[in-house]
Amino acid sequence: MTSADKNRIKDKAFEYVGMACTFFGLFMLVIFLGDILMTGIEKIDMDFLSNFPSSRARKAGIYPAWTGTLWILGLTAIIAIPIGIAAGIYFEEYAKKSKMANFLEINLANLAGVPSIIYGLLGLQIFVRTLNFGTSLLSGACTLALLILPVIIVSTREALKAVPDSIRQASYGMGANTWQTIWHQVLPASAGGIITGIILAISRAIGETAPLIVVGAATFITNVPDSPMSDYTVLPMQIYSWIGMPDKEFAKSAAAGIIVLLLITFVLNGIAVFLRNRWQKKVKW
Amino acid sequence: MEKLSIKEKKLEAINLNVFYGAKQVLKDVNIAIKANTVTAFIGPSGCGKSTFLRTFNRMNDYVEGFRKEGDIIVDGKDIYQKMIRVEELRKKIGMVFQKPNPFPKSIFENVAYGLKIQGIKNKKLIEETVEKSLKQSALWDEVKDDLKKSALSLSGGQQQRLCIARALALEPSILLMDEPASALDPISTAKIEDLIWELKQKYTIVIVTHNMQQAGRISDNTAFFYMGDLVEYDETKKIFTNPEKERTQNYITGRFG
Amino acid sequence: MKRVLMICAIITVLTTVGIVWVLFSESYTFFQHVSIWDFLTDTEWSPLSTNKHFGILPLLSGTLLVTAISMSIAVPMGIIIAIYLSEYAPKKFRYYIKPLLEILASIPTVVYGFFALTVVTPFLQNYIPNLAGFNALSAGLVMGIMIIPMISSLSEDALYAVPKSLREGAYGMGSTRLQTSFNVILPAASSGIIVSIILAFARAVGETMIVTVAAGNMANLTADPRETVATITAFIVNMSSGDVQQDSIEYQTIFAAGVTLFVFTFILNSVSFYIKKRFQEKYD
Repeated sequence: MTSADKNRIKDKAFEYVGMACTFFGLFMLVIFLGDILMTGIEKIDMDFLSNFPSSRARKAGIYPAWTGTLWILGLTAIIAIPIGIAAGIYFEEYAKKSKMANFLEINLANLAGVPSIIYGLLGLQIFVRTLNFGTSLLSGACTLALLILPVIIVSTREALKAVPDSIRQASYGMGANTWQTIWHQVLPASAGGIITGIILAISRAIGETAPLIVVGAATFITNVPDSPMSDYTVLPMQIYSWIGMPDKEFAKSAAAGIIVLLLITFVLNGIAVFLRNRWQKKVKW
Repeated sequence: MEKLSIKEKKLEAINLNVFYGAKQVLKDVNIAIKANTVTAFIGPSGCGKSTFLRTFNRMNDYVEGFRKEGDIIVDGKDIYQKMIRVEELRKKIGMVFQKPNPFPKSIFENVAYGLKIQGIKNKKLIEETVEKSLKQSALWDEVKDDLKKSALSLSGGQQQRLCIARALALEPSILLMDEPASALDPISTAKIEDLIWELKQKYTIVIVTHNMQQAGRISDNTAFFYMGDLVEYDETKKIFTNPEKERTQNYITGRFG
Repeated sequence: MKRVLMICAIITVLTTVGIVWVLFSESYTFFQHVSIWDFLTDTEWSPLSTNKHFGILPLLSGTLLVTAISMSIAVPMGIIIAIYLSEYAPKKFRYYIKPLLEILASIPTVVYGFFALTVVTPFLQNYIPNLAGFNALSAGLVMGIMIIPMISSLSEDALYAVPKSLREGAYGMGSTRLQTSFNVILPAASSGIIVSIILAFARAVGETMIVTVAAGNMANLTADPRETVATITAFIVNMSSGDVQQDSIEYQTIFAAGVTLFVFTFILNSVSFYIKKRFQEKYD
């Protein structure tokens, strides 16, 4: 066998290894979803959605969990979206190439890499204790808002960056000031990208468990939140507490909860991907 | 132009049609290139000359949607046949590209690369080949003391001669050059042109160029392409002084393109 | 208007200041009771028992053990997938497969924990008799699968950004795709790939729910992946969901552990940021 033959065989072999690795990842995804569906699907019915958690697995439901998740997402969005977009605009349109900008940049990159549980510790000390929000929805929402803020800022900046300078210059040329240019030209042109980023950030917040455990989301709760100061639980939290139960029956409840959680996550991600594709197709500079 | 006997033909295209997806980029091209000559492909951008050059070492294989009809013959063999090993083919046919593209490695490793990927480990042989190739490409005197330096530290003109040395190290019999001097300054260009003149003794050279003076200076034969057609192929002298086709005349005199 | 926007931007700085202040002020009280030397060298971690020990090493070793297992899966697989998608696979295939793989990274981590505990561990117990119900191995393997798309996506971007001319140069000399990938493209994209590995590493170190659910909560100075361990993150979760008196030394251990984790990931993130900046300059 010549060395050229050997090289050819190695080349082909790697192609198959690469294909195998790629499909291994997808294969695990399928096993994963398959197993959870098989375990949990039988639990899912109206009772499961409308029942409170219970010490008896057959009666346990996720009513407070999904309402809690909706509450906390709403509050988190109200806090994080305006701040995130505003900060993104400042980073991209105002703070270019100063020392301050450089510092903000490094800081942002680092924040994006801080483990979520550290945000939990921050929330525990600041919101739960110092500001005395206690273990309420508000504490949880503030914590999650800080957590997803870097994600929103980064995606807002990406979207703004994609708007060509010619549009800005055209607007300045008509006598508009910076803010008018941003408000009337740049923001509408980048709305698709910004919304996509927000949805992805929110879908990340849905699955977060660790920081909420630290800021005191409840594991067992018998009422549904009615104000930002209520105690609460969320879906991943409920799932986590069921996983820890010794009774095997609760594993089914956990799997059923996971199906609901994944459904919400995938739908949000799907919307984001859809918007991104539509937006990319429509807007061609 | 003289008729070539089968033995004299180094490269040949027979009724060649090339498509990218639905778009036809070469239309029924026939050409025969004699060994140890310099042949220039000229024509306006998008005329298919680069695509044509790249069919000779099958560099189009990885282009999505590439499809061809007709035959490409190198040394009497149809190179698009199934049994042909494209890697072997490319070792026989060196290629130099428009933009110098040295690998992000040392000067030495760049030239030795071709031997290494063939599994040659003999240090002495590698060193000798590197020296010989660098001498052939007229770069040896400039770099012999810093062979370990990164190839990216060289000037553009030096990088291009390094790329030529890299191709020569494989001892090919054919050199394909895709506008090798278009990204270089006039002095570097002159050096490359001198080099091509010398390399002609041992190699069959096909060069794509935008620069008509260059084609006139260095080539024996010239082929003029226009929108996928091979309009005219003849001795360079004839093409530049007394072309048969009006379109060639117009292009040469700068009336379009 | 500029003011308002600036204040919003400054919130990101305040967040960092807040994190540093909270972690360091609470740990400061902690380190008045426990010497830093003991914290770093004591081989036992038992803040809740009567004979208290505060050595971070068992938590650190648990963290690193799980991280090492996950990286040994994710790094080779992630890079192989990146090379395959960038250098071998047809464009169409790449276009559809990349987002599919990224689904793996969008699944909430508590779900991975459930999977590791209820599927992977029982499955592995068939082959590894001494495998504990909570163990570092399952948690690490599943975490590795979760991290694959992080490495493969970022690495693939880096490989794809290598100029086409280099690829042509290698092919033009008769390189196979494999030779082109490993001898030319991979070295040219090395900084981007290193960044992806460091970011994945930082992510693995800070990952919480998988280890909390599947690796257990027993501080254990061991390198045996079959055993139950506790990571820094799992300790924080378990400690803060228990009934611990505020302002007690036990409570402060959460922050001492947090500071360790923060310093660790901060260094990793800074290194990757530095490499990324240099890398960008090289290609501009």
